[in-house]
Amino acid sequence: MNRLLLNKIVLILSTVSAFIGIGFLFWILITLTYKGLAGVHFETFTKDLVEGGIRNLLVGQFTMALMATLVAVPLGVLAGIYLREYGHGSKFASVIRTLSDVMTSAPSIVIGVFVFAILVDPFGGYNGWAGIVALAIMMLPIIIGTTDNMLALVPKELREAGIALGGSKHKIILQIVLQAAKVGVTTGILLSFARIIGETAPLLFTSANNQFFTMDLTGQFPSLTVSIYNLATYPDEASRNLAWAASFILTAIVLFINLTGRYFTRNKH
Amino acid sequence: MANSELKKVMEVKDLFFTYPGAPEPTLKGNNLPIYENKITALIGPSGCGKSTLLRAMNRIHDLYPGLTYKGKIDLRNQETGKMENILDLKKENELINLRQRVGMIFQKPTPFPMSIYDNVAYGLKLQGIKNKGELDGLVEEALKGAAIWKETKDRLKDSAMGMSGGQQQRLCIARSVALKPEVLLFDEPTSALDPISTGAIEELISEIKKDITVAIVTHNMQQASRLSDFTTFMYLGDIIEFDETEKIFLNPSQKMTEDYITGRFG
Repeated sequence: MNRLLLNKIVLILSTVSAFIGIGFLFWILITLTYKGLAGVHFETFTKDLVEGGIRNLLVGQFTMALMATLVAVPLGVLAGIYLREYGHGSKFASVIRTLSDVMTSAPSIVIGVFVFAILVDPFGGYNGWAGIVALAIMMLPIIIGTTDNMLALVPKELREAGIALGGSKHKIILQIVLQAAKVGVTTGILLSFARIIGETAPLLFTSANNQFFTMDLTGQFPSLTVSIYNLATYPDEASRNLAWAASFILTAIVLFINLTGRYFTRNKH
Repeated sequence: MANSELKKVMEVKDLFFTYPGAPEPTLKGNNLPIYENKITALIGPSGCGKSTLLRAMNRIHDLYPGLTYKGKIDLRNQETGKMENILDLKKENELINLRQRVGMIFQKPTPFPMSIYDNVAYGLKLQGIKNKGELDGLVEEALKGAAIWKETKDRLKDSAMGMSGGQQQRLCIARSVALKPEVLLFDEPTSALDPISTGAIEELISEIKKDITVAIVTHNMQQASRLSDFTTFMYLGDIIEFDETEKIFLNPSQKMTEDYITGRFG
């Protein structure tokens, strides 16, 4: 009797907890949609921040995130290959793996401050390149980790079979092992992209923000997230409405990328 | 036993093999001849070293650092007819060349994540064959050689991952046969397959021995007796007995061999 009662209590408690968690999530999404949608107009996408739109911000944010991806993907995938295929079992590799795992949870503001010290301060001002580097640093450990883990799932017999056919180690890794892990690695890249596209702190003191449309990475660079941060603190109604609209659009983008990533993983299994 | 008509393709001589970090060698002074165009079966209880010995014969062990060989594994040079010790090979391209001459089939089928055609063409491309027409011909020949052409000829562009386990294993054999190796090593090739697929693989192995010398590790006594011409019984890293299969199964000279094949231990 007692056990059954306990069972019921645990069931009720966990169900209520789940509803509280989900409740907050929906509250955020509903508020965001309600307040955000009101501020989204056609002009929001065609005008720059200086005229009350977010065109330059979207372009700027994506430019930096894509450039960061271009830097972080080759570095991260190669590092992951090193950890799993070449350094596996060595002391050095296990130290690197641990450091990379720690980096995954490094506070993003710390990375922002670090990049400020090496790429902003010495070069005399905020610039787009510094923002790109900060975002790439954020992506790196995630890509290293997923590549490492996905390669670990490839059975060792597949490597041996390639070697037994007369392949050299690097060819087998690039042409067979990486192919076998392709879906997982791609998903990792996508999810790390979703992670950085919504980051504010690494950009706050690196690329800062720009009200105007620009592609010049040597100067202050437009950013959607930094703009949301700024706009939300302005006293006027129009700015705050734009902040809501921008938040809504950003959330929609992140959600879309995440769902795409999950869809790929699900299709794999 | 001294049969003068038989030509040795490979010969293991006083081979000791130690895994990285292991206090003792796993193979303790093995001697084993591999005769041309014959099937040699390696039997013995789990952990006796039969797979370890097989995997030494194309140096696939060398993928993992820190192991030690002592002794010799001779492989006959096709051109000069001389026996050459494969344990002397050091450079990566020498080992690549060795593995093209001594291929290997694994317990679980190992199709590459690419099309059926590309699976078979992969090893050929590694050998430097680029001509599309030549590749097409060799792929077809290999798939026919592995008795899988009929099932695959209309779906060469399909992924090999969609084939059944038995088909995948025959594809892997086709992939190895395509390289025209001198010796093909089978490491329990049917233990992951159903009886019908097993039958097809056994038939295929008997077929390819016309061109390729075969060494096969198996846990299945019937398979060893059905398939092989010679059998070696191993126990705890030692070769207890080597002889013609018929002799091993009907009249073994060692008590231990008899106990094992009659199922008294192992």
